[in-house]
Amino acid sequence: AVVSTQSTGTHNMMKSHCKGVVNGFPLKLSSTQVEVKEVEFNADFITRMLERLEWGALVEAASQLGVADGLPEMVPSSGKEAEEEEDVLRKIHHVLLEVEITEGELECPETGRKFPIKNGIPDMRLNEDE
Amino acid sequence: MKRKQLESLLEDVDRFSNPKISLEQYPTDPHLAANVLYTIQSGYGDIEGRSIVELGTGCGILSIGCVMLGAEHVTALEVDSDAVEDLTENLSEFEIENVDVVQCDITSPSSLFREHCFDTAIMNPPFGTKNNEGIDMEFLDRALCLCRGAVYSFHKTSTRDFITRRMEGMGYHVAVLAEMKFSIPQMYKMHRQREVLVAVDFIRVSRDPT
Repeated sequence: AVVSTQSTGTHNMMKSHCKGVVNGFPLKLSSTQVEVKEVEFNADFITRMLERLEWGALVEAASQLGVADGLPEMVPSSGKEAEEEEDVLRKIHHVLLEVEITEGELECPETGRKFPIKNGIPDMRLNEDE
Repeated sequence: MKRKQLESLLEDVDRFSNPKISLEQYPTDPHLAANVLYTIQSGYGDIEGRSIVELGTGCGILSIGCVMLGAEHVTALEVDSDAVEDLTENLSEFEIENVDVVQCDITSPSSLFREHCFDTAIMNPPFGTKNNEGIDMEFLDRALCLCRGAVYSFHKTSTRDFITRRMEGMGYHVAVLAEMKFSIPQMYKMHRQREVLVAVDFIRVSRDPT
């Protein structure tokens, strides 16, 4: 079983650290192998994470991985019916924590530098001159 | 979970298969790991339900301990491929699924992550004793950049005043939670003695006064 993984949530936090890059977010994502697993849902945690997410990038990454169905176009705001809100939070939880890239690539949007993801672990090490 | 129970579980975390002097790789003792993690959670509630980032994860004893104490998610950063392999094996052994591993260099000039994405940062950083002086401050700076809450770290007691002045100058608060001696075992041929004892502080750097 794959244990360490590149979740979509972690991808949403990452940006390019290549030298001289002005706006390295988000990293382009391509995957050749994706796995889905079950992670216990914690509504409070997902709610707290909402304001740290870059929503557009999350939807884009989810679309890339084919799991964007049901994701709202904009960050959900509180004040909805409790049930409706929980459904949306569960969907976000699924995308953030349960969908994982086990094989693929991350790419700096400015330099085109590619970083491999193998066994769920991205290797982001740069060479001396980068 | 009781502290003793945690310590017992952490004793099964495998150590470095191929430690490297230049990276100051030595395992964090399970007794120490259990104690500090317990302090972080029972004293400050900074593990359970939180997103954690560990810098310089090594074999992963601290990250694994965080999961055992109820961390919601851990992102484990580590530069060395052998250590990443050891870490992966340990995560597999413990059947841990909520740790993301990212192989990267903490000291890269530009951060790999957007600012303040994680709740808590935890680390046992290199001390800068192997031609890498100042690396412990780089780790501390990066940790503060990555998390929005508190940073828990180990630093040589001899650097306490310097670190405190510097952090307070930047608007942070520093609490020394414990003083201890690190016994760095003779894993490396260049140590003539059986072990080297280094006085170390376990500190909490935070944005709010506690």
